[in-house]
Amino acid sequence: MTTIAPGEESLAALETDFDAAVAADERIEPRDWMPDAYRSSLVRQIAQHAHSEIIGMQPEANWITRAPSLRRKAILMAKVQDEAGHGLYLYSAAETLGASRDELLDKLHSGRQKYSSIFNYPTLTWADVGAIGWLVDGAAITNQVPLCRCSYGPYARAMVRVCKEESFHQRQGYELLLALSRGTEAQHAMAQDAVDRWWWPSLMMFGPPDDESAHSAQSMAWKIKRHSNDELRQRFVDICVPQAESLGLTLPDPDLTWNEQRGHWDFGPIDWDEFREVLKGNGPCNDQRISQRRRAHEEGAWVRDAAAAYAAKHGEGNR
Amino acid sequence: MKPVPTAQAPATADSAPAAPAPAGSLARDVAAAAPALALGDDALVLSHRLGEWAGHAPVLEEEVALANIALDLLGQARVLLSLAGDEDELAYLREERAFRNCQLVEQPNGDFAHTIARQLYFSTYQELLYGQLASGGSPLAPLAAKAVKEVAYHRDHAEQWTLRLGDGTEESHERIQRGLTALWRFTGELFEPVPGLDVDLPALHDAWATRIESALTRATLTVPEGPSRGAWTAGAGRQGLHTEPFGRMLAEMQHLHRSHPGATW
Repeated sequence: MTTIAPGEESLAALETDFDAAVAADERIEPRDWMPDAYRSSLVRQIAQHAHSEIIGMQPEANWITRAPSLRRKAILMAKVQDEAGHGLYLYSAAETLGASRDELLDKLHSGRQKYSSIFNYPTLTWADVGAIGWLVDGAAITNQVPLCRCSYGPYARAMVRVCKEESFHQRQGYELLLALSRGTEAQHAMAQDAVDRWWWPSLMMFGPPDDESAHSAQSMAWKIKRHSNDELRQRFVDICVPQAESLGLTLPDPDLTWNEQRGHWDFGPIDWDEFREVLKGNGPCNDQRISQRRRAHEEGAWVRDAAAAYAAKHGEGNR
Repeated sequence: MKPVPTAQAPATADSAPAAPAPAGSLARDVAAAAPALALGDDALVLSHRLGEWAGHAPVLEEEVALANIALDLLGQARVLLSLAGDEDELAYLREERAFRNCQLVEQPNGDFAHTIARQLYFSTYQELLYGQLASGGSPLAPLAAKAVKEVAYHRDHAEQWTLRLGDGTEESHERIQRGLTALWRFTGELFEPVPGLDVDLPALHDAWATRIESALTRATLTVPEGPSRGAWTAGAGRQGLHTEPFGRMLAEMQHLHRSHPGATW
């Protein structure tokens, strides 16, 4: 007979309760007991999600001052503002797990936490703003809608709000591309070029193939993730093919063919070397993105210090 | 294809300072358009400047706040410019001599304190102006009635930051004082009469000065000394005389639109 030390017994009971709650599709809330690895896995995922919203502002903000009509400029400004808001929701969700926003930002700035690889690609033309809306936000939504049922309550609730706004942005991106596609020859070419450049990086947003995905199995067991990377990627391709057709644009993949037996679109091989290089920091804009973020933070330090000093003098810190 | 208007001749502005005189096909009912154009250009240009902050703000909450103010102003600009003509033709196809915004709003962002100083001066002015306009019978009254609520929020945001920067650290105090002082010479222009605008602007100056003084005193700052306008530039922006950074701002703003004449977006 094995001896069970005091504490271990109750730990086992807690684990049993946790597993039962997850199995019953109950939501785990901040005050509930959870395994350390569940907590740290969620902090990592939510933080990287938040970081992606914040870094993701840059490629689009790049076009705010050049937007070609006041209507488009207003839409783009509102979108970038929403992204900052999504970052705030997500940092708050991560804080319910005991992390702090400052600490997470510090990890972003020092390269110890990542953000979505997609934002290391440059926005070279106005049509890129549309391609990001249609493809990048589309891929994000495909990823995030199942997260609305994630086992961790605060994350799931943040995702409900984020997905509503993202869907709106995606439709606006699609509509932007449609206007270009139906516009002048030069505008149509601009739209096609943007889709050509953003298609493959968007497919990479779903992460490595299932047999190479380090965190997938555990995340699915904990019901943080609901579908595998490859399942979600396939779902996205199936949605995009008819949309591209109605846009009057082509997708840059000669292997795209309808597979009657599978009931899905077959698509060509993804360049995983490129994906790994971008993740390693060797993408086109990695340095630029992180430098700008660091600079904004460093140059803003005196403003944050001023707010803290004022709050200390006037007792706002004690509220 | 729409004709691209040619540069407005400076002589036009000299001989007829009241006219907004957007060139060629842009010209409409000039008398009705003049005030809408002046106020619309103010909102358009300041919105653009605030849009330059996106992705560069000192804290995420300010990313949201500055973008929010920029959006409000852009919304105002679109209504006002549409009263004067086609919003996109007016925004994208005029050259700098045809813009009627005051010089304050075109000033570059500088640091956060400089941006807040510009916003404090301008939002305080805009709140008083729209308040008056809302109660009058001008065609701009409905816009002013809606926008006065937005600009009250902008003014509050700028005041709250003026307090925090002024009464924060030594560095923040110095920076906000420097911004307030550097921009002071652009404030006189705000109270130059705008032709066709049914508001006694010079009469608003006292109320503006009182509010600014009160905010600065609470923030342990001093009201700048010296003239509130440059010697040669009295009433300048309203007559299409701008400062050097403005042309560069327009080049960036207009470049894509102008590269595709006749296209819709």
